[in-house]
Amino acid sequence: MYDFNYQKPAAIDDAVKALGSDPEAKALAGGMTFIPVLKQRLAKPSTVVDLAGLGLSGIRREGNALVIKAMTTHREVANSKDVADAIPALAHLASHIGDRQVRYRGTMGGSLANNDPSACYPSAVLALGATIRTTRREIAADDYFQGMFTTALEPDELIVEVSFPIPEKAAYEKFPNPASRYAMVGVFVAKTAGGVRLAVTGAGNNGVFRHTAMEQALSASFSPDAIRDVKTPEGDMNSDIHASAAYRAHLVGVMARRAVAACG
Amino acid sequence: MPQVKLTVNGKPATAEVEARTLLVEMLRENLHLTGTHVGCDTSQCGACVVKIDGKSVKSCTMLAVQANGSEVTTIEGLAAADGTLHPMQEMFREHHGLQCGFCTPGMVMSAIDLVESHPEGLTEQQIREELEGNICRCTGYHNIVKAIAAAWPLMHGRELPQAAE
Amino acid sequence: MNDTTLPHIVKGGIGASPKRVEDRRFLSGRGHYTDDINRPGQTYAVFKRSDVAHGVIRSIDTSAARAMPGVVAIFTGDDIAKAGIGGVPCGWQIHSKDGSPMVEPPHPVLAQGKVRYVGDAVAMVIAETVDQAKDAAEALVIDIDPLPAVSNMIAATAEGAALVHDDAKGNVCFDWHIGDKDAVDAAFAKAHKVATIDLVNNRLVPNPIEPRAAIGDFDQSTGEHTLYTTSQNPHVIRLLMGAFVLQIPEHKLRVVAPDVGGGFGAKIFHYIEEAAVTWAAAQVNRPVKWTCERSESFITDAHGRDHITHAELALAEDGAFLGLRVKTMANLGAYLSTFAPSVPTYLSATLLAGVYTTPAIYSEVKAIFTNTVPVDAYRGAGRPETTFLLERLVDVAAKTMGMDRVAIRRRNFIPADAYPYQTPVALQYDSGNHEATLARCMELADWSGFEARRAESAKRGKLRGIGMSTYLEACGIAPSAVAGALGARAGLYEVANVKVHPTGSVTLYTGTHSHGQGHETTFAQLVADQLGVPFEQVEIVHGDTSKIPFGMGTYGSRSLAVGGSAIVKAVDKIIAKSKKIAAHLMEASVDDIEFKDGKFTVAGTDKSKAFGEIALTAYVPHNYPHEELEPGLDETAFYDPKNFTFPGGCHICEVEVDPDTGVVNLLNFTAVDDIGRVINPMIVHGQVHGGVAQGIGQALLEHAVYDETGQLLSGSLMDYTMPRADNLVNIHVGTESTMCTHNPLGAKGVGEVGAIGSPPAVINAVVDALRDYGVTHIDMPATPQKIWSIINAATPRMAAE
Ligand SMILES: Cc1cc2nc3c(=O)[nH]c(=O)nc-3n(C[C@H](O)[C@H](O)[C@H](O)COP(=O)(O)OP(=O)(O)OC[C@H]3O[C@@H](n4cnc5c(N)ncnc54)[C@H](O)[C@@H]3O)c2cc1C
Ligand code: FES
Ligand code: FES
Repeated sequence: MYDFNYQKPAAIDDAVKALGSDPEAKALAGGMTFIPVLKQRLAKPSTVVDLAGLGLSGIRREGNALVIKAMTTHREVANSKDVADAIPALAHLASHIGDRQVRYRGTMGGSLANNDPSACYPSAVLALGATIRTTRREIAADDYFQGMFTTALEPDELIVEVSFPIPEKAAYEKFPNPASRYAMVGVFVAKTAGGVRLAVTGAGNNGVFRHTAMEQALSASFSPDAIRDVKTPEGDMNSDIHASAAYRAHLVGVMARRAVAACG
Repeated sequence: MPQVKLTVNGKPATAEVEARTLLVEMLRENLHLTGTHVGCDTSQCGACVVKIDGKSVKSCTMLAVQANGSEVTTIEGLAAADGTLHPMQEMFREHHGLQCGFCTPGMVMSAIDLVESHPEGLTEQQIREELEGNICRCTGYHNIVKAIAAAWPLMHGRELPQAAE
Repeated sequence: MNDTTLPHIVKGGIGASPKRVEDRRFLSGRGHYTDDINRPGQTYAVFKRSDVAHGVIRSIDTSAARAMPGVVAIFTGDDIAKAGIGGVPCGWQIHSKDGSPMVEPPHPVLAQGKVRYVGDAVAMVIAETVDQAKDAAEALVIDIDPLPAVSNMIAATAEGAALVHDDAKGNVCFDWHIGDKDAVDAAFAKAHKVATIDLVNNRLVPNPIEPRAAIGDFDQSTGEHTLYTTSQNPHVIRLLMGAFVLQIPEHKLRVVAPDVGGGFGAKIFHYIEEAAVTWAAAQVNRPVKWTCERSESFITDAHGRDHITHAELALAEDGAFLGLRVKTMANLGAYLSTFAPSVPTYLSATLLAGVYTTPAIYSEVKAIFTNTVPVDAYRGAGRPETTFLLERLVDVAAKTMGMDRVAIRRRNFIPADAYPYQTPVALQYDSGNHEATLARCMELADWSGFEARRAESAKRGKLRGIGMSTYLEACGIAPSAVAGALGARAGLYEVANVKVHPTGSVTLYTGTHSHGQGHETTFAQLVADQLGVPFEQVEIVHGDTSKIPFGMGTYGSRSLAVGGSAIVKAVDKIIAKSKKIAAHLMEASVDDIEFKDGKFTVAGTDKSKAFGEIALTAYVPHNYPHEELEPGLDETAFYDPKNFTFPGGCHICEVEVDPDTGVVNLLNFTAVDDIGRVINPMIVHGQVHGGVAQGIGQALLEHAVYDETGQLLSGSLMDYTMPRADNLVNIHVGTESTMCTHNPLGAKGVGEVGAIGSPPAVINAVVDALRDYGVTHIDMPATPQKIWSIINAATPRMAAE
């Protein structure tokens, strides 16, 4: 990897300042994505701003929402009683991200900022209609994800926390890529007072997306059978050595039905 | 160059390293603790796993500076001063949980964390799933799984709960 | 196990499972692998590699790179050519049908004129640190004109295909055959039915978890070169590199292979990086270290398998196999790796009889160059390819005949009393009992209870299948004279040097190499057993050409059968000499001295001398037969095997397929093998577990995939599916042994049986699971996508379920 300056600020403002004053500066959270990227020399930051000193981890209830701070690790989400009580599907999702060592270090903020098309969290954030609170503003999930590895974040804008409205029921079903174990197809479905939202990760050729046809069918009748005949357009699917577009489209249906069934 | 201060296997260890230095590089190159291995460059094989403040982490995916101030345990720090092996090491030996030995340090470190964090017990299936971050090309995992199950009672001082069998 | 007691082997050490000697070191982080070694003043090498599969090197401008901080030296193909350095040699020569020798293009240490695969080394950058070397490598200005590439055998053999080497017309390296074509044609002419199969044996990346590494060191004052390398056979590297590449005589070249973190074949070969660091160390007069990164391993370690085969089996009305006809294309990659030509030929086609009495066999093999990483031996080397094709074909034959899969095998087994058995493809099998391994394996796997389990799965909407393979392989490749006649350019014997110390402890120097096999334990057991000394008093040394007289290393499951036999012979010499010393001390005739349990006794008396006393006498020869004997107790033996050994057995696999997703779930795996004498059952089981895991990996998970431009798409652990703990199940292992009749141990070898027997058992199970879908064959790996496509194509309606 290329060398860089390392900073570990103790206040959010200082972190934002460090990132704002230098366009080549980059934030470091758990490093589970960023460090492999650095090792491959695919990024050449001048300064790496470590967010570990900002006190940005923790999980709390706020009215009918669950608020998770950006630096909360996958492991903490997976093991949290608050999460298990409010949105067990989210704990289930977190417990299946990567491996044990990745879950100890990887964070929700890092995952959402990175927006890997096969990451798990984006589907939960989108399906639950969560709000991303940053150092500048609040961003609705529907506005936040802007295609593969692209988000609404500005270079010196940091995710501070994410607020998840608590659904009536929700579930996540993941079909892992056999090699990387990231989501080859992941479906998060949530039934809320306002209707059903269903988001798909891993499969789309433009990152995480809402499957509106399935949402409509499930809003009419929340059962696996309701979406049995709902097609997923192959043209919107990603394709690689592990799964063709046709296979991915098929798996979206299977995972969606399993997710709905898992909601009970 | 940043200075990194660690406690490694109970002893203070300090090194001047570049910011880009990985923890595994500091352990191997600066501290000459070559028991921690590097088997891949995509954070998947787990040959590099060490414990930091009680948790197993991949030392190839952490900068040395990120570990500043932490307690690090490597494979070299497991056995007692008189050479008595940690129960996990002993069970790997007993059950032939290693062949070439290259994945072994990381495997043992992961396994210890795994057993410690499951005081309620562990099934064979759980052990297999929780080893996702460690790849072994030699053993087919059969004897590794056996060794970990056998270490559980030794580490917790009681029988592995029946329900978890 | 039907244990024929061998006269000179005392019971005790053999057959026990002492804990491994090497484990304490490995478990405490005190292993000593190549990358753990650092030499004073060491520099670091990084190789700049081609990122195109085929192209002409127009120019390499090193000036900017040379000016980078920390750069010590930069070498390109031109420097290598100027220095008169040869290419890395091929250790096996095959002749085509027409008698012409194979096309053997040079394989330069750094690419010259052309690059031929993604990963081909173009330049070597040496700097004070790895990062500085990488920085400088990025600053190299390399102009390569891309040429059309052939990334697979179909493309390479198409009309007008680009040529990887100009002198290999049609990209064919050789076109070889074996067997009696006329006899086979006659068999087919009278066949009742013919079973056919077309299959691909998937290309694999060996991926030992320790990446390769090499350190070159040079002592200017003595002119001695030292190479530390991750090798399975340091003497072979010394021979190939010293004599053919760098022209360094043996006494000035030391090759050390310390602890090696797995090999599986990939660390047999002499790689260009070894020669490059050894040479460069002398140029810069400092040690040069290179450590491979995993992504680099994917494009530089020799790959395995990659065969395309069409096979036909002629069947009589009663299911007897009448004749077998096989046509294979084997991918060699861009250059000939060390043993590549032997793999699809003598290590494959000679096993086409398998465990069956097929009287006529004919096989043709075309070896093809492509713009891909060189392909060579990987665990099993040729024998898994043959076993896969045979055992799949036998299942297809059963279907063709409407016979039971077990019955057709039994109908054609070589009966136990037919041994020694001469096959129509050169080999003479010495021993075996296929019915015994089959029956035991079926019992352990509860074959007869399968249909009930399948019905239970069906209730849950799952498709259950069971499959078996009854196989045989050839190990301990040998005799040197035969191998030489078949094209081997090296001997295939093994060496042991047994040094008894004055106090009776023993150091054994073996020419084999342990990289997971546990020789430090089994060989110590062997020596302890034979000499009657405590196991702890025996130390095993391997992996250093300056300590060990000679050796061919470890591959082809040869260490015990060949290396162990050399040990037995050397110890025999120790005992023979000791008897003379004992006779002198006890004033008896040598013929009256008996040796048992570590004691020399004068027959019929109570006069005896302990082994330790003899050792001491040999080194403090005050009262000694000096006219007749030299002092000391140190013996060396070279053992050249009389024949191959033939392990075999039966593997049974049970799977469950999820028709919704195509996922194949492994439920059960049982392996009952005949591996001859078992020295350490614990280690034997471990070898089988590991081999089976690799075989299951090949069958269900692993695949090296190139795109049409020659880029490796599965070029990292993110894309290449390595078996992990949750992909596998506990593996039930049994042994049902007959003894090898021609080596002193009766040992056959166990390193590869797991990887050879298992793939067809798995695929036969998957095909069985899909029996209602009209499937007769599925190529490996049986990925979810592939299975789903089959199910989807067969029943579109069901797929929508
Ligand atoms: C072996 C392995 C397996 C994995 N498997 C999965 C999987 O199955 N599913 C899955 O979803 N993920 C998986 N991951 C990725 C993992 O979840 C990462 O933790 C995650 O993608 C990034 O989080 P991080 O905290 O490590 O962020 P980092 O890697 O530190 O940062 C990632 C990016 O986000 C930016 N960033 C970090 N925090 C913030 C913030 N608060 N505000 C703004 N920008 C920020 C950084 O600048 C960087 O660009 C895997 C990773 C590995 C190594
Ligand atoms: S070396 Fe750290 S995961 Fe492979
Ligand atoms: S023991 Fe060799 S990789 Fe695990």
